[in-house]
Amino acid sequence: MIDTAVHASHGGESRAMAYFRERAKWRWPEVALWVAAFALAFVLPRHALLFNEIVIWALFALSLDIVLGYAGIVSLGHGAFFGLGAYVAGLLAKAGAGAGLLSDPTFGLLASAIVCGIVGYITSFLVLRGADLTRLMVTLGVALIFGELANRMAWLTGGADGLQGVMPGKILGVVEFNFMHPEYAYLYSLSVLFVLFIVARKVIHSPFGVSLRAIKGNALRAGAIGINVNRRLNGAYTMGAAYAGVAGALLAQTTAFVSLDVLDFHRSADVMLIVIFGGVGTLYGAIVGAAAFKVLYDLLAAATPQYWPFWLGLILVLLVLFVRGGIMGLLTSVYARLTGKGDAA
Amino acid sequence: MSEARSDSVLATRNLVRRFGGIVATNDVTFSLPSGARHALIGPNGAGKTTFVNLLSGVLSPTSGQVFLGGQDVSAWPVYRRARAGLSRTFQINQLFADFTPLETIGLALSEAHAEGAEFWRRAGTSRAVVDEAVAILEQLDLGDVMERRVGSLPYGKQRLLEIAIAVAPRPKVLLLDEPAAGVPEGEREQILEIIEALPKEMALVLIEHDMDLVFRFAKTISVLVQGALFVEGPASEVARDPRVRQVYLGESEVEHHLGAPQGAGKGGAA
Repeated sequence: MIDTAVHASHGGESRAMAYFRERAKWRWPEVALWVAAFALAFVLPRHALLFNEIVIWALFALSLDIVLGYAGIVSLGHGAFFGLGAYVAGLLAKAGAGAGLLSDPTFGLLASAIVCGIVGYITSFLVLRGADLTRLMVTLGVALIFGELANRMAWLTGGADGLQGVMPGKILGVVEFNFMHPEYAYLYSLSVLFVLFIVARKVIHSPFGVSLRAIKGNALRAGAIGINVNRRLNGAYTMGAAYAGVAGALLAQTTAFVSLDVLDFHRSADVMLIVIFGGVGTLYGAIVGAAAFKVLYDLLAAATPQYWPFWLGLILVLLVLFVRGGIMGLLTSVYARLTGKGDAA
Repeated sequence: MSEARSDSVLATRNLVRRFGGIVATNDVTFSLPSGARHALIGPNGAGKTTFVNLLSGVLSPTSGQVFLGGQDVSAWPVYRRARAGLSRTFQINQLFADFTPLETIGLALSEAHAEGAEFWRRAGTSRAVVDEAVAILEQLDLGDVMERRVGSLPYGKQRLLEIAIAVAPRPKVLLLDEPAAGVPEGEREQILEIIEALPKEMALVLIEHDMDLVFRFAKTISVLVQGALFVEGPASEVARDPRVRQVYLGESEVEHHLGAPQGAGKGGAA
């Protein structure tokens, strides 16, 4: 029997339901982060190129966080989807030559998401066949295949010279990319990140998202309560692939160029570092990780042009060894102190 | 697959599982009627847990079949058997440390209600699921800790949650793999009471070393020895069976429970 105290409510919501709502509630640091991010376009427009790059890394890291942090799949080849998305959007913009639907950047994003989602869904079956190490190798192998395909199919991709003549059209037929105003590109990328972030946040707090956390926490128990573990992971991997594709598409559109570099291994490795740096399985870790990583990278490269990888490596090692949960781990414990409550976000 | 399968909720036929040269489950044919209160006992290494893993699908058999409600489920993965009404607890807690009990049971129920794959609705908005979760948690004395992190709960509470998560989907068959393992003496009574209060129509299989629990709970008993079904029957008969005493029970224990005739006991329960 449930006593009435549990049902004490507003609007017919039980206390337990209010508990779930409270857990998924937006908190002020989240709102502050987004307000600050949009404000940057107007406060520091001169640095918008860097911010745009950060946003693209953030979206790419977000896509890996879905795969790694929620589905628990360690991927060293996530760059395959980033690169594929970049080529899809680049080729569409080239084919449309700056006018019509094909060149519309939002159409390019959608096309990249769909193509990468389909490829992600198909490859997810390969990835999920094995255990951790096998998965790592499969993801790495798929990425290598993509890299080599892009290299060989120079008639389509431009090969080592890169894809020339990428001409993204007006965004939704209204706003044009303008290289005198890099903040336009930044606002465009940031808006896309914002929308996709809200979608990801909603999915993570859904029954599906909860089941992903459960699978990562204990796959044996997840199966024993009737969760079709692999089917859920297929879904998460597909979503991560589509997101990565959009990130790649943003790079192609905002730089009007695609080179083989988008499929390079270092990209898959860097994005993994960013996610770990920011905090695995936190969503926001992708954003703060990308920002911290890029800013640190730029500062170190300016300060010690020859030895920056050493310092970057040292900082990463120290962070991973001594701070549980990356930057988000730090921030959430600070937030918990401030509010005297449990975990944020 | 005809005879006597129709009235049984769970059955096996000639079930064999080998690990290399070891036969962990040896030609077990077994049938469990609906609403059973059955105990599976046997000395250490008799293959009890292997048998439970074969029933629940964690392991697949080398040969033989498992039937659930008359249907051959031998090739089914764990989740399919769970959805078909076979639930289990584990000897070692298998919980989600970062969840709260409320989230844990909410998750189990949303899967049972086939809502677990919904991705465009916040978890905890399904009134039926949340109310039922709260009711189950209160029934199992977890009401006061349902918003705490599972990993931070005392062991006894975690053990209760291990049972709650298995009971929540209202299975037809529930396999309890040493539910009181590691639980302090004072809290064992509570676990037994909870098990005794489970719905009558739910078939229960208890794997247990504690003979107090076994004899208070079980109407029927199977004794596994070296992977094979050694003796099977009503609890009182199994307890009196001299062969069973010899291989397993430790006579003093049996006398203690059933007032059996005097005999030279060789020690306590296994």
